[in-house]
Amino acid sequence: MFDLDKWQEIFNTIEKNKMRTFLTGFSVAWGIFMLIILQGAGVGLQKGVENEFRSSATNAIWVWNGQTSKAYKGNNPGREIRMKNDDYSYLGSQIKGIDKISGRYNIWSGNTISYKNESGSYSIRGIHPDYQKVEQLTLVKGRFINENDQQHSRKTVLISKLVDEALFKEGEESLGKYVSINKIPFKVVGIFDDDDGRDDNMQVVYVAVSTAQQVFGGAHNLNGIVVTVGDATAKEAISIENQMKSKMASRHHFDPTDNQALFFWNSVEEFSRFRKLFTSISMFIWVIGIGTIIAGVVGVSNIMMIVVKDRTKEIGIRKALGATPGSIVSLILQEAILITAFAGYVGLVLGVGLLELISDQIDTPFFRQPEVNLSVAIGATALLVIAGMLAGFIPAKRAASIKPIDALRDE
Amino acid sequence: MALFMIILLPAKSGSHFNNTMMITLNNIHKTYETGSNSLHVLKGIDLEVGAGEMVAVMGSSGSGKSTLLNILGLLDRHDLGDYYLDGKLIKDMNETKAALLRNKFLGFVFQSFNLISFKNAAENVALPLYYQGVSRRSRNKLAMEYLERVGLLPWAAHLPNELSGGQKQRLAIARALIGKPKVILADEPTGALDSTTSGEVMDLFQEINQTGITLIIVTHEKDIAHKTQRIIKLRDGLIDTDHKNGHAKPITKAIVSL
Repeated sequence: MFDLDKWQEIFNTIEKNKMRTFLTGFSVAWGIFMLIILQGAGVGLQKGVENEFRSSATNAIWVWNGQTSKAYKGNNPGREIRMKNDDYSYLGSQIKGIDKISGRYNIWSGNTISYKNESGSYSIRGIHPDYQKVEQLTLVKGRFINENDQQHSRKTVLISKLVDEALFKEGEESLGKYVSINKIPFKVVGIFDDDDGRDDNMQVVYVAVSTAQQVFGGAHNLNGIVVTVGDATAKEAISIENQMKSKMASRHHFDPTDNQALFFWNSVEEFSRFRKLFTSISMFIWVIGIGTIIAGVVGVSNIMMIVVKDRTKEIGIRKALGATPGSIVSLILQEAILITAFAGYVGLVLGVGLLELISDQIDTPFFRQPEVNLSVAIGATALLVIAGMLAGFIPAKRAASIKPIDALRDE
Repeated sequence: MALFMIILLPAKSGSHFNNTMMITLNNIHKTYETGSNSLHVLKGIDLEVGAGEMVAVMGSSGSGKSTLLNILGLLDRHDLGDYYLDGKLIKDMNETKAALLRNKFLGFVFQSFNLISFKNAAENVALPLYYQGVSRRSRNKLAMEYLERVGLLPWAAHLPNELSGGQKQRLAIARALIGKPKVILADEPTGALDSTTSGEVMDLFQEINQTGITLIIVTHEKDIAHKTQRIIKLRDGLIDTDHKNGHAKPITKAIVSL
């Protein structure tokens, strides 16, 4: 009952001092609003970068066949190095830190793929089942090339959305149908989409690597191998790359320092360079955000000080009428908490609302889907409320300890 | 008003009324330190004020009369000496205790009214009851009664700055009265008022005094002082003269004889 009374007293005070309340509330709401917008922008940048790297795994190491450029143990330079199936099994079993691995056997051109009267020329990629994870292919329908296809060299094929549209007219269902690849029938088991939007990744069909080798005369040859390294750091990824290099050098008798014998491309290193850049950007955004919060805290503190100064006489009167110091402090503090919490909430809702609104409109490279970590936003609001409380507490305490006679003295 | 007096007066039986000391001061000293200077304002005040007395404290500026009033009102602390309020020794008083005593025993009236500007008349009057823990409903009702008593009922919803000086002071008096204090301390209550309004305010004080409330009024106006029963003159921090005031006595006598 008494507490309700106190709140009525507080609401009464707020109602009668609208301007003061508005100014305090506005600085809090603005601080939170800006923090959320900045945080949202930071997340947007980060997501933009991640999106740019989405088309293939950000933790992959790619290896392609090459030609030696250095003489080594009696071999002249210019010798072609060709990886084989046993290199695939060797790397997969002997090198620690490799998560997924797939060989690649490609027939780039000269293929005719047809269905009924439609036909086209597309690349054929022979791959292992793990490849889906490496290339981050999105399955639209059906399934990926699986272990069964690989082991039994089944004539199954995964076609791109683009190939599907080109061969199967009038929306004909392609799953389970047989297309002919260089006049050999292959069963369509799935349709994929590659999100990076590049056409050459879509003018492609995938078959099991064993099938490709068998049907298209590849013997045991591979064009390349790609591995992923889990969540290895750039440093660990480089060490894995070096191990692969030296193992392959001894298996294929080339100089380990020869960078032409096999080509390596380490996306972890690349990605981590970008990640560093964007970590610094997001740190910068944090710094600005914290700066904004501090500005908010200072603003709230300032206003609270002025409010208490403004109310010194009122406090003196209340004390003369029998208000205890404790009741003065809690009156001022509860009002401060009420205003900052409410205004903080308003800022939170406005900020999050604005982000939600623009989130769908923005789709540029390196900036997409800005959003805010809600716990950060709520934490910041709580921080401002506590700051407002502290900022109010110190002058309130001082005001409460002022002798009423000083507060009431005529100026 | 007559009804009010009849209800309260039987409690004040003759001997009790005359012998009970509401305020007793023994050798009260007060020194203000301002930087390197120290100002010895009260230099040993001995004073007794009986319950139900109406006293004027006079003296030139700097004589210590306001300081005395502040010490009596527990708004300020004395350095040396003993102060008994209603028989209780005021010693080692912390802020919270002083606040509770002020709330229960004392009412204040100031020269500059000291009303809360954003609260209307009724809310200002009701405020002491808020600190007594009286429920909102009953304090609003009481506020109306006290506003009626000082003739301000039609102005209940007005803010202080919409009232005249005399009205403000009557409002402040209603506020001082509502907590049922034993002592009302007034610091130059007519200092900001013209002579007609001053007279009205003093009449109101006399009515209040007739209900048995002790009144101590600091003033530098002779005609105001002469409306009380006793005039104490301070000079350089000491009581210079202390004499009963002939003019006011008849009122008290009339009541006592009742």
